[in-house]
Amino acid sequence: MNLSKFLKNGFLILVASLVLTACATQKKTGQMQGDVYTGKETVEYLASGVPDRVFFATNETVLTTASRETLRKQAAWLRKNSKINVVLEGHADERGTREYNLALGERRANSAKDYLMTYGISSDRISVLSYGKERPVDSGSNPLAWSKNRRSVTVKAN
Amino acid sequence: MLLRYLFIVLIIIPIEAFALIEVDITRGNLSPLPVAVSPLAIDKDSKENFEKLLKKKNLGSEISVIVENNLRQSGLFNPLNKDAFLQKPDIANLKPRFEDWNLIKAQALITGKVTFVDKKLRVEFRLWDVLAGKEMMALAFTTVPSNWRRVGHIITDKVYERLTGEKGYFDTRIIYVSEEGPKTNRVKKLAIMDQDGVNNKFLTLGNELVLTPRFSPTNQMVTYLSYFKNLPRVYLLDIETGMQEVVGDFPGMTFAPRFSPDGKKIIMSFAKDGNSDIYTMDLESRIVERITNHPSIDTSPSFSPDGRYIAFNSDRSKYQQIYVMDKNGKNVKRISFGNGLYGTPVWSPRGDLIAFTKLHKGKFYIGVMRTDGTGERLLTENFYQEAPSWSPNGRVLIFYRETKTNSKGEGFSAKLWSIDLTGYNERMVETETDASDPSWSSLLSN
Repeated sequence: MNLSKFLKNGFLILVASLVLTACATQKKTGQMQGDVYTGKETVEYLASGVPDRVFFATNETVLTTASRETLRKQAAWLRKNSKINVVLEGHADERGTREYNLALGERRANSAKDYLMTYGISSDRISVLSYGKERPVDSGSNPLAWSKNRRSVTVKAN
Repeated sequence: MLLRYLFIVLIIIPIEAFALIEVDITRGNLSPLPVAVSPLAIDKDSKENFEKLLKKKNLGSEISVIVENNLRQSGLFNPLNKDAFLQKPDIANLKPRFEDWNLIKAQALITGKVTFVDKKLRVEFRLWDVLAGKEMMALAFTTVPSNWRRVGHIITDKVYERLTGEKGYFDTRIIYVSEEGPKTNRVKKLAIMDQDGVNNKFLTLGNELVLTPRFSPTNQMVTYLSYFKNLPRVYLLDIETGMQEVVGDFPGMTFAPRFSPDGKKIIMSFAKDGNSDIYTMDLESRIVERITNHPSIDTSPSFSPDGRYIAFNSDRSKYQQIYVMDKNGKNVKRISFGNGLYGTPVWSPRGDLIAFTKLHKGKFYIGVMRTDGTGERLLTENFYQEAPSWSPNGRVLIFYRETKTNSKGEGFSAKLWSIDLTGYNERMVETETDASDPSWSSLLSN
């Protein structure tokens, strides 16, 4: 490896670590509104500009304004891709009893399903699966981690 | 297969029964009764035969250690150090020298003898009141040698019953969920072990998520939730044959299963379109009955031991609370009115109490209340704990507890704990792996 290439790689690593530091500082501020997660850290995309998940407040199953916007994007994407079916996976945080959380996860996924249906997606294309508190994305025991885990995730079924 | 040799022939040797010593069972472990458990006597031939068969050097001592550990863990007894025993086991079993046992402050003495007869294990044991200088109980039984651990548990049950006036809970097993792997992707298996943590066996392989196993109160059937093929449904498992089948094959998730007190029905939640209600299914006729019909979440149902009432968890008043209704779903009454949220109601086998989990100001409590909601008593407070299950005599609760995970994802554990109804004698129940969702079996020898 010649010197210029070495320096170039070093520079890339430096840039990458700066970006990471920036993320880390951003993480501490403004990732929750009330106790609903508003960050992007765990979000994946079904297609460009179509986030795969929505978040909920503690013990709540109502959709926030941001969640409704996300689901409208999902509905538009599903209308364009009429062969794709989805599973809505509902989740709860670890601060609740297991059985109640299973019911809560089912209810969260269904509020997302209902919203997709009002935007013209047939219920045949949507199935619902509750994981309760069994599959957290963030294993931490803190309010931010819990906010990421209270979620409904839209997953391609085929 | 596990229980091929369930049968143990009990021969009761009748003796005069005077309850001269007794254990104060209302005060828990404040003054445990000092008891001497003499090693069971064993003759040379029997010793050699059992050693060959079971790879145990001295079966008499091994059985007495089981009794000793059981008694100690109950919190009601203080088994004395064997080094201080002056009398040889065989002589003590014939006629104890009470002065010697009195000298080491033993109030009760257990002696006995094991023999190898016709390829079987024959055990006799006696319980003595040291102060009165009297025999309180004598029992003999014969079983297959591989049952030797159960012999220790049965002796404990008999001694416990004689000294406390309550049935024991030692010849029992615990079914639970074994947990391994990272918190974000836990591998969970059904596992079963003796009440003292020995003879652990895994009943599923961990290929699918399994939750909330519950023993039948009448036999060796278990009902649980499995995510087989990603369809969360209630299953029934016969732990003797290993046969399993779906019972909650509804068009949606079925969960939170429990048996009715006669073991003939399963009561469970069925979730569809965002609403969970309670249903029962008769295991023989497969007839399904809907018990609740309410737009709120109704879950965690538990029958009263007489089968007339059902306690359950509902958020019909906005947050999780405990309710009681008639077995047909009529006369729904909220019974939890303290501060905080309440979940997982479980009716005591004695019928007078309901155990629950309470969440208040970021802490989780295991507690009990009377069936009308009065007399709430919190037994233990922690960062996270839930899912109490009663010992078959309604004396001890077993539950699981999780520890905090730091932001690096470290520090998490899930363990089983038990606590006496009085709130004393809280202790961790050792398991091979992390563990959750424990359920206590009924007495095997009844």
